[in-house]
Amino acid sequence: MSKDTVLIIGARSDIAISAAHCFAKEGYDIQLAARNKSSLNADKSDIELRYQVGVSLYNFDALDIDSHEHFVSSLPKLPIVAICAVGYMGVQTKNERDLLAAVNVMRSNFEGPASILAVLANHFEQRGSGTLVGISSVAGERGRAKNYVYGSAKAGFSAFLSGLRNRLAKKGVHVITVLPGFVETKMTKEISLPSKLTAKPDEVAIAILNAVKKKHNIIYVKKIWLLIMKLIRSIPEQFFKKMKL
Amino acid sequence: MKLGGWGRYPLIEAKLKSPASIKELIELISRGNAIGRGNGRSYGDSSISEQNTICMKNFNRILEFNNKNGLTVVESGVLLSEIITTFLNRGWFPKVTPGSKYVTIGGMVACDVHGKNHHKDGSFGNYIEWLDIITSDGEIVRCSRKINSEVFNWTIGGMGLTGIILRVAFYLHPVTTSWIKQKTIPAKNIDHAIEIFEENLDSTYSVAWIDCLSKGNKLGRSLVMLGEHANISDLNYDMKSDPLIIKSKTKILIPFNFPSFILNSLTVKIFNSIYYALGKKKKNYKLVDYDTYFYPLDYLLDWNKIYGSKGLAQFQCVLPLKNAKLGIREMLDALSFSKSNSFLTVLKRFGKQESCLSFPMEGYTLALDFPITKKNIDLMKKLDEITLKYKGRFYLAKDSRMNRDTFKKSDIRFEEYKKFRSSKMKKSFSSVQSKRLEL
Repeated sequence: MSKDTVLIIGARSDIAISAAHCFAKEGYDIQLAARNKSSLNADKSDIELRYQVGVSLYNFDALDIDSHEHFVSSLPKLPIVAICAVGYMGVQTKNERDLLAAVNVMRSNFEGPASILAVLANHFEQRGSGTLVGISSVAGERGRAKNYVYGSAKAGFSAFLSGLRNRLAKKGVHVITVLPGFVETKMTKEISLPSKLTAKPDEVAIAILNAVKKKHNIIYVKKIWLLIMKLIRSIPEQFFKKMKL
Repeated sequence: MKLGGWGRYPLIEAKLKSPASIKELIELISRGNAIGRGNGRSYGDSSISEQNTICMKNFNRILEFNNKNGLTVVESGVLLSEIITTFLNRGWFPKVTPGSKYVTIGGMVACDVHGKNHHKDGSFGNYIEWLDIITSDGEIVRCSRKINSEVFNWTIGGMGLTGIILRVAFYLHPVTTSWIKQKTIPAKNIDHAIEIFEENLDSTYSVAWIDCLSKGNKLGRSLVMLGEHANISDLNYDMKSDPLIIKSKTKILIPFNFPSFILNSLTVKIFNSIYYALGKKKKNYKLVDYDTYFYPLDYLLDWNKIYGSKGLAQFQCVLPLKNAKLGIREMLDALSFSKSNSFLTVLKRFGKQESCLSFPMEGYTLALDFPITKKNIDLMKKLDEITLKYKGRFYLAKDSRMNRDTFKKSDIRFEEYKKFRSSKMKKSFSSVQSKRLEL
């Protein structure tokens, strides 16, 4: 019997690599997709040697929407779980002045991820099984001056995932929205993060695996974020707009 | 941030970066005064540079494994524990392992670590096929006994000062089970312990645990533990169903700093009960899983906290064979005279060591742990003097407090090392230890 396969898109991110380890440890074969796949050669051998599973690499560009259908249909095997870890934070101050930069952030966090998951969703729907995992962000729960360009794209992505879940709930396909909160990664290493609110990539990966097994819908990796976001959402706009958060 | 080694003494305000790519790593090296840091398990200040400590935790991938000859290629930040969990159930085990499995492979190279089989198999360096090192000019240099052999030889045991160790190719050793056949022999005193070591030179593993509180004709009373890898035929029926089992054991987390007096009453009690129980028995072979045998202290995560908030220091020296009995006895006398106690006192026979900088030499090594106090620091100075008197030398991976003159008197090899580095390196690497000792 061939093993089930997990596809990880945006595979160069720390969360993606941790997720690959986590699922490989459970015995899944792994497909890793990213721009310039050869940069993942060392990770491929590492995961193959540690867990004795198969790892295959694919070139994938989240912003090249036209290529997405072909990317999925030419995979040697349609995965049972697909995780989209594509994302790009950009620099807010730059995003405010430079529209091209802002558009790039919006496309990287919303358009690209939504497009590839849409394609995968149709394939999964046809098969009648599978789990789609989208890594969104708590930044999408309410726009803040500090990161609203990134946040707005994540808000769009979260809404997309929620709709997709609703559409596919009766079709045997499950959709998971992951809201990691702060994570200690390459993307955030220059920012000092409060340790109690910050998850390690491994914790995010374990939370994803757990959510896939238990068919959770929306997960906050650190539970405290559920509370924090409830609070932030509940602040009336007239006060919120004057706050520094 | 404040950085320390495993002994948490000294704690030093230092800049720490964890590069995620080779490009970032090279950029950091170009700033000068860099030192590589693995899992921070050397005891003192050898993996700390105030200006430029480079943590290698992101370089932690296993790159190649040859299941015919055991050649394993890894990035230097891979932990020995990961090597064991990956390869032991496929029948491979490190040929040389230190007393903790939470060390990185890069650290094992830089300190050229030894294990309980040094008298037979030498140090870790003997099993390295090649290294990739990033030198001061940002080049990745592949070196081995055949190519760039000079850099290779100085890097093994070179305390990270030739460059950042990036990749290591080393051999694992085939085993048929994950069990060790252990035999424990009680020794009446230090002479007796040495006698037992000398009679058992063909035993693969050997180490002694000394009861440092005994005196007079019982001075150096100890338990000598011998070990061999068990074969399948040594296992009982249940064990045979999974001879290479890796048990995951619950680790005990030390939640806070202990007051130091707890230690010795406890260890002495444990020691005595084993000692007297063994005295009554004649045949003392037993099967012990690899984890209990090689890494007893790894059970207690953060066991360094047991020593209290000021931290601990370890003293480890080696004395040449002909001076060992006298020298070790003098050290144990000094220990008993000072009324200091060492929680863990370990004695071990070393074999010959053919390398440029490695710590071992044919003779006996003594390792003692002390909580940091004025009295203990003074005692360690006394032990330094005895080491010099008997022509011994010191293990840099453990050192955190030696003075420059003592070190220079004990080890002239580092003068040559310094010459090599100043002739070949543009921007030198340095650690707090290398500055303290002028390595």
